[in-house]
Amino acid sequence: MQERRRERLDRGVKVRSDTIYAVSSAKEILFLVGPGLALVTVLLILPLILPPYWQKVLTIAGVYALLAVSFGFLANFVGLVNLGGAMFVGVGGYISGVLNSTLGLPPLLTIPIASVTGALLCTLLLLPCLPLRGVYFAVVSFIYPLATVMIISATGVWGGTDGIAGLNVLPNVWVNQYVIILVVLACMFALTRLVNHADIGLVFRGVKDNELAIRASALNVTWYKAQAVFISAAMGCFGGAYLTHLYGWVGMSLFAMDFSILPLAATVVGGTSTIYGPLVGAFLLVPISESLRSFGTLRIVFYSVVMVFCVVFWTEGIMNYLRRRYEQFERWVRV
Amino acid sequence: MELLIYGLINSISLVLMSIGFALAYGVSRVPNFAHGALYILSGYLTWIFLNRLQMPYVLAIIMSLLVAACIGAMLYRSILIRVRGMPISEIIASFGVGVAILELLRWFGLRGTTYMLPPFAKGMVYIGGVPVDLQRLIIVGAGIAVVALLWFFTHYTKIGLALRAIAQNERAAMVLGINADLVATISVALGSALAGLAAVLLLPLGNITVQTGYEVLIFAIAVSVCGGLGSWGGAVVASFLIGLAQITTVTYIASHYHLVVAMLTIILILILKPSGLFGRQKELEERV
Repeated sequence: MQERRRERLDRGVKVRSDTIYAVSSAKEILFLVGPGLALVTVLLILPLILPPYWQKVLTIAGVYALLAVSFGFLANFVGLVNLGGAMFVGVGGYISGVLNSTLGLPPLLTIPIASVTGALLCTLLLLPCLPLRGVYFAVVSFIYPLATVMIISATGVWGGTDGIAGLNVLPNVWVNQYVIILVVLACMFALTRLVNHADIGLVFRGVKDNELAIRASALNVTWYKAQAVFISAAMGCFGGAYLTHLYGWVGMSLFAMDFSILPLAATVVGGTSTIYGPLVGAFLLVPISESLRSFGTLRIVFYSVVMVFCVVFWTEGIMNYLRRRYEQFERWVRV
Repeated sequence: MELLIYGLINSISLVLMSIGFALAYGVSRVPNFAHGALYILSGYLTWIFLNRLQMPYVLAIIMSLLVAACIGAMLYRSILIRVRGMPISEIIASFGVGVAILELLRWFGLRGTTYMLPPFAKGMVYIGGVPVDLQRLIIVGAGIAVVALLWFFTHYTKIGLALRAIAQNERAAMVLGINADLVATISVALGSALAGLAAVLLLPLGNITVQTGYEVLIFAIAVSVCGGLGSWGGAVVASFLIGLAQITTVTYIASHYHLVVAMLTIILILILKPSGLFGRQKELEERV
């Protein structure tokens, strides 16, 4: 029997556009910027064409996408698995909620303040486990949101189990959608630049792959890890603060498991080792999970199963698959 | 006196909860984040065997322990074995399985006070003037027995020695003809069965709820991190530390701070002695 195998070859346009000659023709330029441009256009147009219910879903998907991107950045580029993404959301949400209800600051101020101070706080809280390798970061980050919920419900601070209601809300549905979409896009752009083109991005990747090499280069691993956690936490805290002012309410549900587990699933499904993968995964999983809303917590089972399946059997993920199909073609050759 | 007795009981409960996790991590280096889920699942299965299938209590317990061990072995053979050596994937996969089991149980309606296991023995005894119910005494006895048996098992049986060999130096053990995958499967299965045993012993004190599953996982992690990941002797010492600290806060400050105490202990230990109380073995690998 004639044996055959699949051979993958780069497409001609990919080979041409890898070099400086890409700028010589419109086709190659389109090949390079096309996918990114398409993503941006789709995200910017979606709020205009969606029906009202799905506009709400879009804002939630945006928040989850932001969390997924922040998780993916830490896991894929710095090597820290954050099992407690809900901590960032909760801290950001509570800071902006408390600032708004006690000092009466408008959302325009509370959201940035919450993002920065919340990220600082989260980084400080996670600092003790940063000098260690292995599972410590995952373990400690997993405990924080659950312990915080216990503290809030036991002491009854900040409204206890009822939360704080009656906060300022964002002005209208268009602001809601475009704020989150623009922030997601800005974060994507900044992170892509950071990990691909900045020195610190190289250090982050080094921290993931070989910490000893980073130490040997006289760089302080803990300091770089702390910076990465700060960046990731700032995105998570923004998500929390945004949610607070989206609903005008802040409560313990901001520390819920959903905020930890869906970004994880989105990252794994969307494709590891890419910045865009988590975004695509989140925009795919959140609508599915919305349509499963009537099943209650079965949704979390759904993400978990999808996540385990992808991490074990389909490690490539959507984004890496699509990129391969976009840049290469396959053919069967005789061995 | 009351403080001491209840602190002791609480510590032994923590030993029971965490020893399975510490054992599996110490041997196969797989952090079994499905530990809490297996704990609750065993409790639930025992309840089903007992109330739906009308089995005798002892048979129900043995059956659910066997099922827990089988699930643990399957979890390792079908999922974890494929991602060995990739810490991120190991964590995500085992955590995903755990969350899936727990949330599936929640969906089946595992909340409220419907699901309760009967205690083994009803009644009270007075120790130094402090009332202690018999179930708690059984827990203390069982905890001591489990630790003793486990020590005997890992020091004087062939499989137990193989477990320790793999934990110390996997390559050298493989050279000596120890099947690393088989041993790791046994360790995860044993860890799961120990989680089940803890569930059967401890759950009669309260209700079977999903939240308990997450808490058990946290306690197991806290104890293992404090004792030094992978050193189950350290886990026993750390259990006493955390257990006494928890009861002290309950007595002098307020209840509901179990988790916070565990959290603070982890943070303190990580700052003071990052490899845990007794985690000398892999210290160099884990510190940067």
